[in-house]
Amino acid sequence: MLSRRNPQLNRHGELIHLLSIEGLPKAVLTQILDTAGTFLSVNDRDVKKVPLLRGKSVFNLFFENSTRTRTTFEIAAKRLSADVINLDIARSSTAKGESLLDTIANLSAMHADMFVVRHSESGAPYLIAQHCAPHVHVINAGDGGHAHPTQALLDMYTIRHFKGDFSQLTVAIVGDIVHSRVARSDIHALTTLGVPEIRAVGPKTLVPGDLREMGVHVFHDMAEGIKGADVIIMLRLQNERMSGAMLPSAGEFFKHFGLTADKLARAKPDAIVMHPGPINRGVEIDSSVADGTHSVILPQVTYGIAVRMAVMSTIAGNEA
Amino acid sequence: MRLLIKGGRLIDPASGLDRIGELAIAGGRVVALGEVSRDFSAERTIDATGLVVAPGLIDLAARLREPGHEHEGMLESELAAAAAGGVTSLVCLPDTDPPLDEPGLVEMLKFRARKLSRCRLFPLGALTRGLAGETLTEMAELTEAGCVGFSQADVAIVNTLTLQRALLYAATYGYTVWLRPQDAWLGGGVAASGPVATRLGLSGVPVAAETVALHTIFELVRSTGARVHLCRLSSAAGVELLRRAKAEGLPVTADVSINSLHLTDVDVGFFNAAMRVTPPLRQQRDRDALQAALADGTIDALVSDHTPVSSDEKTLPFGEATPGATGLELLLGLALHWGEMQKLSLGQTLACITHHPVRVLGAAIGSLGNSAGRLVAGGVADVCVFDPAARWAVRADALVSQSKHTPFAFETSGFELAGRVHTTLVAGVVAYERSLA
Repeated sequence: MLSRRNPQLNRHGELIHLLSIEGLPKAVLTQILDTAGTFLSVNDRDVKKVPLLRGKSVFNLFFENSTRTRTTFEIAAKRLSADVINLDIARSSTAKGESLLDTIANLSAMHADMFVVRHSESGAPYLIAQHCAPHVHVINAGDGGHAHPTQALLDMYTIRHFKGDFSQLTVAIVGDIVHSRVARSDIHALTTLGVPEIRAVGPKTLVPGDLREMGVHVFHDMAEGIKGADVIIMLRLQNERMSGAMLPSAGEFFKHFGLTADKLARAKPDAIVMHPGPINRGVEIDSSVADGTHSVILPQVTYGIAVRMAVMSTIAGNEA
Repeated sequence: MRLLIKGGRLIDPASGLDRIGELAIAGGRVVALGEVSRDFSAERTIDATGLVVAPGLIDLAARLREPGHEHEGMLESELAAAAAGGVTSLVCLPDTDPPLDEPGLVEMLKFRARKLSRCRLFPLGALTRGLAGETLTEMAELTEAGCVGFSQADVAIVNTLTLQRALLYAATYGYTVWLRPQDAWLGGGVAASGPVATRLGLSGVPVAAETVALHTIFELVRSTGARVHLCRLSSAAGVELLRRAKAEGLPVTADVSINSLHLTDVDVGFFNAAMRVTPPLRQQRDRDALQAALADGTIDALVSDHTPVSSDEKTLPFGEATPGATGLELLLGLALHWGEMQKLSLGQTLACITHHPVRVLGAAIGSLGNSAGRLVAGGVADVCVFDPAARWAVRADALVSQSKHTPFAFETSGFELAGRVHTTLVAGVVAYERSLA
């Protein structure tokens, strides 16, 4: 079978869509992180706007509900002076039976320049990128269990900010890895940026052994898994996991895999604790840790806007 | 019509015949092969110099989508596709809408196919009413109407007691039950469990979905004595269980699809919905085991698993796309490609799409079973004449089938098929001729 060119890069290797971290060169990731750094100051100014996307229309297409992620994309686009149109498609067109590609064709006819897409099916943004007009850029804002590349980039920004260098780090990702698009994107980003030890920690129902083939060390014991870690990324545990027989109860999960001050003591003394949010206090993380000195959960949110500005301005400047 | 095919390489996998010679056909039957008497006066002569003259192909699994899904394929277009693929007999599945659980539906299908006279049609009846897995169909009535076996298509029977009784009842009459080994609960995912599904965030179907079902089926075959044909094996572990069951002497046969024989989960690439097939594409070691098992006869037949799917149902995210691919016109080429890789003779290669599948059908096709899938004097003149050297690229507009979706499409695979069908005869009548197509 033919190997096909990575659909998110043009023939010069420049980023035209952001669909997944997988397959992106280190230089592309580093450039986005560097660009994000320059945007952080914009966010601190009185007039929080730069004119990079003036006259451009950014459509937020959320086929799956999310207030937080959609809001951060909206703020990022507006700070770049773009016009932002939010479409809550979960409750409109598809409910009327319109197909995904019909929706895309209609919105393209409204002269969209960029689609920010969240969808419950893995790979949906690839389908959209394949079928939209050549000048339209697609950003994956989370697709099924596959990828959440902007979250991974903001996580990398956060790690670089607090740790400086990736090449000596041990990073533990804890919780519901099997359903987590954040975990997959983080694993690819950490690998590309040269992190020597990436760990996935959780019970066997949530941490599949196949992860080893992504270069990850698998731990089913929390104490072992976060021992000596520089960075701990906690994942949100969805309630559906209990009804799907993946776990008996939130209580038992918290007892064995929830991050408490006790367990955190096994990590490096200067370890940072991250979480993509929204957090479930007392399910995957104890309040004393979430609000404690190791936690960088709120800075993650701040960096998220700068990183999304960086992604949008980068891809808008590259032609298919 | 009295037909003479001359100059071709005659191949009959069953007898090992492989020689240049002539084939004379009259009254729908082969009247002479090899040397044909000068007295034979042909109304038409086909020059097969440089071509292979083989038995018409027997495909044990194709969906024609009629009744109920006519927008995805119709008897007319799909039987034409069969003829274009050199297929002269095919077994169609009961998962139509409504399912083939009533003798009247089967009779109508047989009648329509006979009128088209492109290809012999052998329907499988539904094993349970509405394929719901609850009550048995009138198997004897359905057999009289023309069914050659009973199947649940891709719908697993959840209730083991019902499955046991269905096998017992079928065994009463000696009917073959065609089962796809897939556990209803473990089989719910959209891609084969493994590194690719994990990386892409697609829900997985573990190998255990197949092996758990196989263990159940083999236990029930032991206790009921029913004859079972296992449809679409997909895993190395499944092949191993089948090998042991055959060694034990259980009355079981099996097939594999052209998709599982040639592709792996890596081919899913960037969520290519053309690769969404059932059973899901597994890993390379599974593909290697399937290829070897087909070569050593553990797996009896290669099938197209032809499943027309409309474009609307394929241009969807991978997990939402309807599984299935077109296959009737690819069966010969993909068999030849496999035979080349396995270093098999042409006769050995063709066996899995000619007389071996006829063996699977057994007594269910009556006296036709004596000569279908074979090239013998006195036998039915179902013949496939093809050019073994011609290479061709699969392109949507070149396919006769209404369904254009295939993992082997040139634009995504860059893959060329070996073997191009030149002429297809069914009962001595030309069903397809490339020069006229």
